[in-house]
Amino acid sequence: MTELEAGRAGTLAPVRGGAALGRYRDILIALIAFAVLASLPLFTGSKALLDFVIRCSAYGLFATSLNLLVGYTGLTSFGHGMFFGLGAYSFGLIMQKLGVPIPVAFVATLAITAVIAAVIGAICVRLKEIYFAFVTLAFQMLIHSTILSWASFTGGDQGLRGGIPRPAFLGINLANHVHLYIASCALLILGLLAMRQIAQSPFGYTLRMIRDNAARASFLGIDVWRTKLTVFVLAAVFASMGGMVMALFVSGAYPEFAYWTISGEGIFINMLGGVSTFLGPMVGTVLLLLLNDTVTRFTEYHGIVLGVVILFFALGLRKGLLDFVAEWFVQRRDAGEGR
Amino acid sequence: MDLDALAGCLSSSACLVTQTTSGLIIGMLLFLVAVGLTLIFGVLKVVNFSHGAFYMFGAYFAMTAYQFTGSFALAMLAGAAGTAILGLIFERVFMSRVYGADVLMQLLVCYAFVLIFDDVVRLIWGPEFKAMGMPAAFQVMPLFIAGGVVPPYYLLLIGVALVAAIVLGAGLSRTRIGKVIRAAAHNPGMVSALGINTGLIYGGVFALGGMLAGLAGALAAPVRSLTPGMGFSVLIESFIVTVIGGMGSILGALIGALLLGLIRSYGSLGFPLFTEGLMYLFMVIVLVSKPTGLFGKEAA
Repeated sequence: MTELEAGRAGTLAPVRGGAALGRYRDILIALIAFAVLASLPLFTGSKALLDFVIRCSAYGLFATSLNLLVGYTGLTSFGHGMFFGLGAYSFGLIMQKLGVPIPVAFVATLAITAVIAAVIGAICVRLKEIYFAFVTLAFQMLIHSTILSWASFTGGDQGLRGGIPRPAFLGINLANHVHLYIASCALLILGLLAMRQIAQSPFGYTLRMIRDNAARASFLGIDVWRTKLTVFVLAAVFASMGGMVMALFVSGAYPEFAYWTISGEGIFINMLGGVSTFLGPMVGTVLLLLLNDTVTRFTEYHGIVLGVVILFFALGLRKGLLDFVAEWFVQRRDAGEGR
Repeated sequence: MDLDALAGCLSSSACLVTQTTSGLIIGMLLFLVAVGLTLIFGVLKVVNFSHGAFYMFGAYFAMTAYQFTGSFALAMLAGAAGTAILGLIFERVFMSRVYGADVLMQLLVCYAFVLIFDDVVRLIWGPEFKAMGMPAAFQVMPLFIAGGVVPPYYLLLIGVALVAAIVLGAGLSRTRIGKVIRAAAHNPGMVSALGINTGLIYGGVFALGGMLAGLAGALAAPVRSLTPGMGFSVLIESFIVTVIGGMGSILGALIGALLLGLIRSYGSLGFPLFTEGLMYLFMVIVLVSKPTGLFGKEAA
């Protein structure tokens, strides 16, 4: 080994170690977050608070999966909510019609979502920005109108009623509120951890390269179409997980879950929290749900209030909240290093 | 599926006339909305996601003007002029700030206005379904053409949309203003260097697009029910029209809108549960076989 090679090995090793370190750090953070959330019922008997966390889990999974497309790959999907609705409906229908154990329905729903997302994605990911946004939106409207018009199967505009059966499995009884709460938190943490691993993997960095310069990625031998399709399907699978948490929570599925406003809210959540950090959409979810709950208490015209808030962020700040925090950290670090 | 009904209709001239005119009015209304969308996109390079709201405002303005004045012509004028002013203000104050920005920002600003406009309509006119009613001048005996029933109002509607298409097409290709607009779409920097106020052109094009959508809403008001949020499905359909016809092409918007209208009217006979699905299916077929749309030149 020459000195040069030894020197290079010396600089490379910490990078590789850093990746492993980062993964352990992520797992540690996830475990702590889960422990904090799971111990919440011990300290408070407030059902409203637990309900709020369950809703945050459902929307958080959905919004973070959308960030894989918007923030990491630069694919502005305006129809991502279709997979949220699809997850809720297909889970509810499988449980109602087939009566299989919950884990089976869970996995089957993920598989169904993946297949449908692959078909829709294969058509959409070739398209450029605004076309991609609108054609995904058109597919969302197709799924929404199918749910409305196929009333004998989906219950039409009444939604899936009569409740979703929640048989106990492995000692977990999701009909019990605390069990449901813990399960939702576990799904949220596991989903976030999995998406974090995707974002930090070489595949995740390929996504960032496609976002920044698709032509260069293509010259480097990356199949851009296939990579985009893969992340489209992955994001859809996590969104449908969010939909399933929602279906379990309300014990039903409603056409609003597949309506375009869900996609709009998802986009806004990403904007609100910031797309440049992994946890931005999670922060955005909590903020939007708090805002929604507060506004609906005071006025029935919550579209006007929400619209003004969106305008304030889109035209005034032009960044999400965590983007500001991240920039502040970078500035402080640079100042500390005397740059 | 009900293919017998479709075959039965295709073999009867009366049914053919009825279905074709109903397809034509759907198509013509869609054309007026879609051509505004495609014009704004062609010049300003943004997709006006809140375009459906202009259609909605056109209908509500027309209804209110008709209730106060009782004049159908004034109602149409109110629908078109009101939305033109709205479009101008909307473009100058808000949209002009996000040109060249991320698509995400443009979508968000429009999304905010979809929410705001729907609630404003709910606030002013109430959440319930409204009807403008057919003006007395058109409450006459329907025409019978080859055994099919055609209300005279339908002919007026088709005529107005056709005139709008011809004026727009000729205006853009023959007049000086049309030339300037086409130049601004191609190279705005050069146009403004030649001493032409591009901001004014942008505002004017947006106002024109809004006016066409408002006119469509006003024309539709006597035959459709009015409700907050009525613009959204029209927006999606007119976007499908522009995808089929090719973004930025006026002829494409006309052909795409007519095809979609006919698909809807005949599809509702043959595939009552899958009429909406047929439109999307058609869009997918066009997208896969010719991604730029039937008359599009630019790469999609």
